[in-house]
Amino acid sequence: MRIGLFVTCLNDTLFPGTGRAVVTVLERLGHTVEFPRDQTCCAQMHFNTGYRPESVPMVARFARVFAGYDAIVTPSASCAAMIRDNHPVLAEQLGDAALREAVADVVPAVHELTEFLVDVLGVTDVGAVFPHRVTYHPTCHSLRGVRLGDRPLRLLRAVKGIDLVDLAAADACCGFGGTFAVKNADTSTAILADKMTTVMSTGAEVLCAADNSCLMHIGGGLVRLNSGVRTLHLAEILAATEGTR
Amino acid sequence: MTDDSDHDGRVWLGTPAFPEAARSALADTRLRHNLRHATTTIRAKRLDATGEVPHWEELREAGAAIKRRTTRHLAHYLEQLEANVTAAGGTVHWATDAAEANRIVERLVRAGGGGEAERHEVVKVKSMATQEIGLNEALAAAGITAYETDLAELIVQLGQDRPSHILVPAIHRNRAEIREIFAERMGERGRAAPADLTDDPKALAEAARLHLREKFLTARVAISGANFAAADTGTIAVVESEGNGRMCLTLPETLITVMGIEKVVPSFADLELFLQLLPRSSTGERMNPYTSLWTGVTPGDGPQDFHLILLDNGRTDVLKDTVGRQALACIRCSACLNVCPVYERTGGHAYGSVYPGPIGAVLTPQLAGVRRAASLPFASTLCGACYDACPVKIDIPEILVHLRAKVVEAKRDDRALPTPEALAMKAASTVLDSPGLLGVAQRAAAAGGRLTSGRGGRIRRLPGPLGGWSATRDTPPPPRESFRAWWRENREER
Repeated sequence: MRIGLFVTCLNDTLFPGTGRAVVTVLERLGHTVEFPRDQTCCAQMHFNTGYRPESVPMVARFARVFAGYDAIVTPSASCAAMIRDNHPVLAEQLGDAALREAVADVVPAVHELTEFLVDVLGVTDVGAVFPHRVTYHPTCHSLRGVRLGDRPLRLLRAVKGIDLVDLAAADACCGFGGTFAVKNADTSTAILADKMTTVMSTGAEVLCAADNSCLMHIGGGLVRLNSGVRTLHLAEILAATEGTR
Repeated sequence: MTDDSDHDGRVWLGTPAFPEAARSALADTRLRHNLRHATTTIRAKRLDATGEVPHWEELREAGAAIKRRTTRHLAHYLEQLEANVTAAGGTVHWATDAAEANRIVERLVRAGGGGEAERHEVVKVKSMATQEIGLNEALAAAGITAYETDLAELIVQLGQDRPSHILVPAIHRNRAEIREIFAERMGERGRAAPADLTDDPKALAEAARLHLREKFLTARVAISGANFAAADTGTIAVVESEGNGRMCLTLPETLITVMGIEKVVPSFADLELFLQLLPRSSTGERMNPYTSLWTGVTPGDGPQDFHLILLDNGRTDVLKDTVGRQALACIRCSACLNVCPVYERTGGHAYGSVYPGPIGAVLTPQLAGVRRAASLPFASTLCGACYDACPVKIDIPEILVHLRAKVVEAKRDDRALPTPEALAMKAASTVLDSPGLLGVAQRAAAAGGRLTSGRGGRIRRLPGPLGGWSATRDTPPPPRESFRAWWRENREER
């Protein structure tokens, strides 16, 4: 199976540890991962902010760069949802038959990391060790976008040494919303305040999720408050072994 | 999209743009407390009421399908409705916009039975359509007083306030505030509240009952909206909780119903479905307490003069938009408001429209034009909770993003120079379409990040529009090595 990693522009630039963690986990499970160097971004920020023409080159690039892979794995539920739900829509709107076909070919191969591990590889125990108190926030795009269900929790429960605690009102949005956090910074912060309250009341040391974008927002608030809770993409927990964390 | 320059009486839209309007709402601690309490309670009730229906998802799908079919053949069903209402003794009027609808109502009220004094008073059943067209204000300008009889609408009207929720218009008020409003204002518009009024719900309801009973018994004309209208029989349906609507619909001699054209459903049998979807989604009840159905006029029973005003007011323009027209399927249950993380914090007034919350953010810009409501499509985190809650499966996030593109397009058309945001987006798109440029940007950001990050290696303040972000959130500095740089060193060159 030819596996291509779509690391996402955010992880590439700000959270390379998450990309390395995906490589670590997949290699540990005996797979070879490729990183097509011409990849960039899924165009979600442009598309969701109303800049459709600007998002077209990125959509075309994605289809071109990832053509031919059996599986395209990405550590972002949000980007996976963007590709799955909106790349075909955009291609359709443009009326570009070649692009429509290229997108239709590549989209079914796209898997968010936990989908790939649980559904395609059929594993829940990836041999991780992480002796810390952890809580999991199902991001909106995990929950209502790609509908990951309990896949992330099944993977986390199999981690050795982990003390996994429930998050109250877990399905509530954290208030990030991409450019919403900038355009409506005050409302975004009001929503964030409630999320931070529930996170802190778990007594967890680590908050994890399947999207670094939401974690950057929640973590940004938690650090500002010196709350004593750090945020970590769940791939990095799955990659951890004895003594690494 | 409709021409935005000459719309009258559509929706309020007098309020500032959403981010600014939200700011004062967010700072109102009493409002925040009331909203949190109300939305949390109603969310739990809705989950119970929908969760117990084994085929809920199929019901939603059926509701969506019927609404889709109706919007595709709207003219056909409306003509059928007109024919059947007329055959049953009612009169049908067509109103292109708010001004025309208001003129028709005014004329009908003046023509309504009764003496000179009564002619200047009407009772009203809670109705979104009449709020949309600013009917009460138009009638007041014509010397006609409209009395709202829904308890929450009465609170809003007496408080000289605006509704902030589709179903619970006074959701922003608590008992103590309501007691104050009743004690101070009821006397100005009829029977005063008792001097010893407490904020006990029973006492408040009793004061309202006595105050309203007087109106029901004297009014000769009533005005209502409609939840549904069955084309095949000409039957109109109004769904409510208090029975005050039933009073209005049965006691006066003249009944005027103002209905958005999208409220028609093909068949009376369709009500079987919608009367399951609506109460369970809105109040979280298996069935609402009062469902009134009437077909034209019944001699010797109820109003003997019935008028149905079919209101367009921008709706046929919305129909032209294949993505946006989903919003016309809305049955005004307000489930989307109650699950919305934004609405829960800001309340309804920040949306500057009679239609607040997620559905308002997609309806208002379409009815009033995106230029007049440009901030609304952005007043959402796109969390998708509204879509999952919607009983007729309106994909609100999809419409929001669609309307965002229209806002950006409109700004592009209106301005000689691009907005700073458009320039930034263009630049970002250029960088993000080039792995080479992205690598350069990553190295520059890493160098810059090391310079700007403060103690603990976090970036505490960002420039320009990003200042809103960094006001409450630290940002991690870009790492020394991007993922692509790490890959090159560790996987390609090893």
